[in-house]
Amino acid sequence: MTTLTKTEGTPAPNGAESFLSVRDLKVQFSTEDGIVRAVDGLSFDVERGKTLGIVGESGSGKSVTNLTVLGLHNPRTSTVDGEIILDGKELVTAKEKELEQLRGNKMAMIFQDPLTALSPFYTVGRQLSEPFMKHRGASKKEAKDRAIQMLEKVGIPQPKVRFDDYPHQFSGGMRQRAMIAMALMCDPDLLIADEPTTALDVTVQAQILDLLKDLQQEFGSAIIFITHDLGVISHMADDLLVMYAGRAVERGSVREVLHEPKHPYTWGLLSSMPRLDGDLDEKLTPIPGSPPSLLNPPSGCRFHPRCAFKDEVQGSLCSDTRPPLGEGRASACHLTAEQKQTIFIDKIQPRLR
Amino acid sequence: MSDNLTLPEQQGTAATSSETLLEVKGLTKHFPIFGGFPIKRKVGAVQAVDGIDLTVGYGESVGLVGESGCGKSTTGRLITRLLEPTAGSITYAGQDITHASRRQLAPVRSEIQMIFQDPYSSLNPRQTVGTIIKSPMEVNGIEPEGGREKKVRELLELVGLNPEHYNRFPHEFSGGQRQRIGVARALALNPKLIVADEPVSALDVSIQAQVVNLLQEVQKELGIAFLFIAHDLAIVRHFSQRVAVMYLGKVVEVGDRESIYNRPRHPYTHALLSAVPEVGIEDEDRERIRLAGDVPSPISPPSGCRFRTRCWKAQDKCASEEPPLVQLSGNRDGHLTACHFPEDPTTQRDEDVVLDPALKVLEEHASED
Repeated sequence: MTTLTKTEGTPAPNGAESFLSVRDLKVQFSTEDGIVRAVDGLSFDVERGKTLGIVGESGSGKSVTNLTVLGLHNPRTSTVDGEIILDGKELVTAKEKELEQLRGNKMAMIFQDPLTALSPFYTVGRQLSEPFMKHRGASKKEAKDRAIQMLEKVGIPQPKVRFDDYPHQFSGGMRQRAMIAMALMCDPDLLIADEPTTALDVTVQAQILDLLKDLQQEFGSAIIFITHDLGVISHMADDLLVMYAGRAVERGSVREVLHEPKHPYTWGLLSSMPRLDGDLDEKLTPIPGSPPSLLNPPSGCRFHPRCAFKDEVQGSLCSDTRPPLGEGRASACHLTAEQKQTIFIDKIQPRLR
Repeated sequence: MSDNLTLPEQQGTAATSSETLLEVKGLTKHFPIFGGFPIKRKVGAVQAVDGIDLTVGYGESVGLVGESGCGKSTTGRLITRLLEPTAGSITYAGQDITHASRRQLAPVRSEIQMIFQDPYSSLNPRQTVGTIIKSPMEVNGIEPEGGREKKVRELLELVGLNPEHYNRFPHEFSGGQRQRIGVARALALNPKLIVADEPVSALDVSIQAQVVNLLQEVQKELGIAFLFIAHDLAIVRHFSQRVAVMYLGKVVEVGDRESIYNRPRHPYTHALLSAVPEVGIEDEDRERIRLAGDVPSPISPPSGCRFRTRCWKAQDKCASEEPPLVQLSGNRDGHLTACHFPEDPTTQRDEDVVLDPALKVLEEHASED
């Protein structure tokens, strides 16, 4: 098999410096009903060659964050504050021309629904070749060779023939493979995968997830993996960010967050999920209520109206003050570390097994 | 003939699954494909459901799992008679309803209800919640004690909504609440069987558990039998006493929950279980099976065993002979498998099965380095 050589500097696998750094990001949309604060003060870092998982329910701002990183938000209806630094370059204030240079080249995206993300008018081959020709100045022939090579890499049978097919001639799993091939065409340093397997069946999902993982090892890209499925994330990510109503509520390595969660929302998520090996007589413990509207989000901690443990905090701290999210392994909650520890051991852990 | 369909009062009593409420035999649905010019002729058929056998007992909850396109939703719609079966028979409480006419069906319709997947498109946006829940009673001419409105308010309370929401419209509710309205509507006629077609898959994770718990309460307290159609294996396990696994229009394995999840025999069940991403289970503890490609098209399904094109154990016999759904030696009663070369009844395996060509190449490269 042809070796794919990296054209840019090889990533430092130990990667002490963060490659993408988002600081205090705020995204607001003005709508007829008022201002929607889709993302409200979000900070995170992604290291080279590592995978950051972002989990949250629909409307928690996880997709908006990543569209903003790529500069795909509509500048007329949205305002963006804060900093997004990709490899030393500030993206929030960057011009559209500069972003165009980066998109599809240095950073690429895999969308949830490959049928709507691929254009039905052009062949898969042409859609794959285009970014390579644009960013690398390659000829049509070179781009075609590269595209066929990538299609083979992601496991599309008879890539030479399928190059001239249209997206509708592909099955769902194959389309998603083609999307991955397209994202990897220019060997991006950052890959954003927004629910890449949600539209797929479980057996196909397992294939695609393993494929992404193996490809990452070969290409060394950093991946931001967005999903609502904690099971998927536990297999894919190194680090994990849990989002709720536009804010990060918990951060840490996947093991830490899923095995010793420290935020009531993460507890709720984990104990509301049935498991394949769980206790059958145990009832599921849902989180009461439903996610808040971002037009009029709750004051203080945004989770407090649904939180089962807010009474343990003195006074009205939960409804008045926004709990800060520290650096590194942290959770944004007013409960003290000891309280969290006792609640987790006494009440949460028994539910998880 | 329809008068004798009224069942003995089952509600509130403990669920007994010894008696059969619904029996499906050789149920088949082929959707014709027309083509040609100028006269359109039938050129083929989508064999969505192709000869399945299934039973649901009184008060029993049966899960139906499988990937998209395997015919599980079509099965649900055939049983509720929203679709006309091509062949086979559906027997409900001893009565053959396979090709029953509208009039013959009328008394049965109220006893078989359906909960739909999408709570956004299954509620009429122009009707109030009260009207939506009331209309099945109006259609069937049922006048409950104390009036329909009182009954609706009771139902709203039962499903965890405020009875004062009677005059609100669906858009004022969140996804989870809408699904509760759908449940209330299904309960309005005191059904004996509810076909729930992916009732929670459109909901957020934190809301799913609320609806699953509600359905479970309804099932246990009212003694209603459920056919629970879903693709999420963990939720089906949680909800169903018996589970049927479908692949490309056929039931490949059926059995009690414990057998299917811990002692599966069919290779497809193995593949399906190993593909579920799970929190807290380390990769080393489970078998790893990665199939190649997607499910084949139901327009021209493979001959013999339909799974053979993606199966790692397939041999010549699989292509020529269709495996019957039988009880294999060592299996419990009622645990039936359709396979010529079944797997061991365990969910562990020494060696990974990786059929996907791209994965194979990448992993060979990685192990060489």
